[in-house]
Amino acid sequence: MKKRLRLYCNTDQLVNLRQFLDEKLRHTPLSEIDSLQVILAVEEVCANLIIHSHECNPTEFIELDVNRQNGTIIFEIKDYGQGFNILEYQEPNIDHVLKTKRKGGLGIMLVKKIMDKIEFESNGTKNTCRLFKNLESK
Amino acid sequence: MLEIKNIKENNHDILLLEGEVDASNSVELDSSIQQLSEEGATVILVDASGLEYISSAGLGVFMSYLEDFQERNVKMIIFGLKEKVHQVFVILGLDKLMNIKKSKEEALEEVK
Repeated sequence: MKKRLRLYCNTDQLVNLRQFLDEKLRHTPLSEIDSLQVILAVEEVCANLIIHSHECNPTEFIELDVNRQNGTIIFEIKDYGQGFNILEYQEPNIDHVLKTKRKGGLGIMLVKKIMDKIEFESNGTKNTCRLFKNLESK
Repeated sequence: MLEIKNIKENNHDILLLEGEVDASNSVELDSSIQQLSEEGATVILVDASGLEYISSAGLGVFMSYLEDFQERNVKMIIFGLKEKVHQVFVILGLDKLMNIKKSKEEALEEVK
């Protein structure tokens, strides 16, 4: 089964991402509700990279690998270029989003709420973000 | 894919959403709400029973109108959310900030 997806930096690709993830998650014990949330979290990270790090340049791409290890599903998202360190990013609080009427800022909040562990590393050119979800937490 | 229909029913505007809202199409949701707002709608009912997915881009659109609508006394009510989609609102507590009703009947009750 294909475990890697190359996603070109265009938001039209997000629907393909969801289909890919849906197939991967179908073979896990996650409920429909939890699966959708995991798909959402992975999409939020990818959409963020596509829009902000790569400015929707369709000649650039990001790569996603999905692996299972000891009851955990791991999503590894790699991109090249200006990195986005999700761990250092200070997301705004909900009140701030409301008051400033900004339409962004909720995505990373969702990722942090949904996923069990997040890692980020960069060597200056290649950036890797890993999202972990326990499959047996419930 | 997202399809948005604007239906006038009695004195209400109903926005019927079908499909998935993500970063590629949230701007369509935004312009539909914007248009109703500019037309002076005082009640906007969002029929989300056909909504299969929403990402932060879509949540952000709804959020961005809350303050304005509150100041201008415009009621925006979202109804019919599937449980899996409703739970996305719940993760960030947005279900407490937005006016969300289970059914169209409950939504209409609110604007009687």
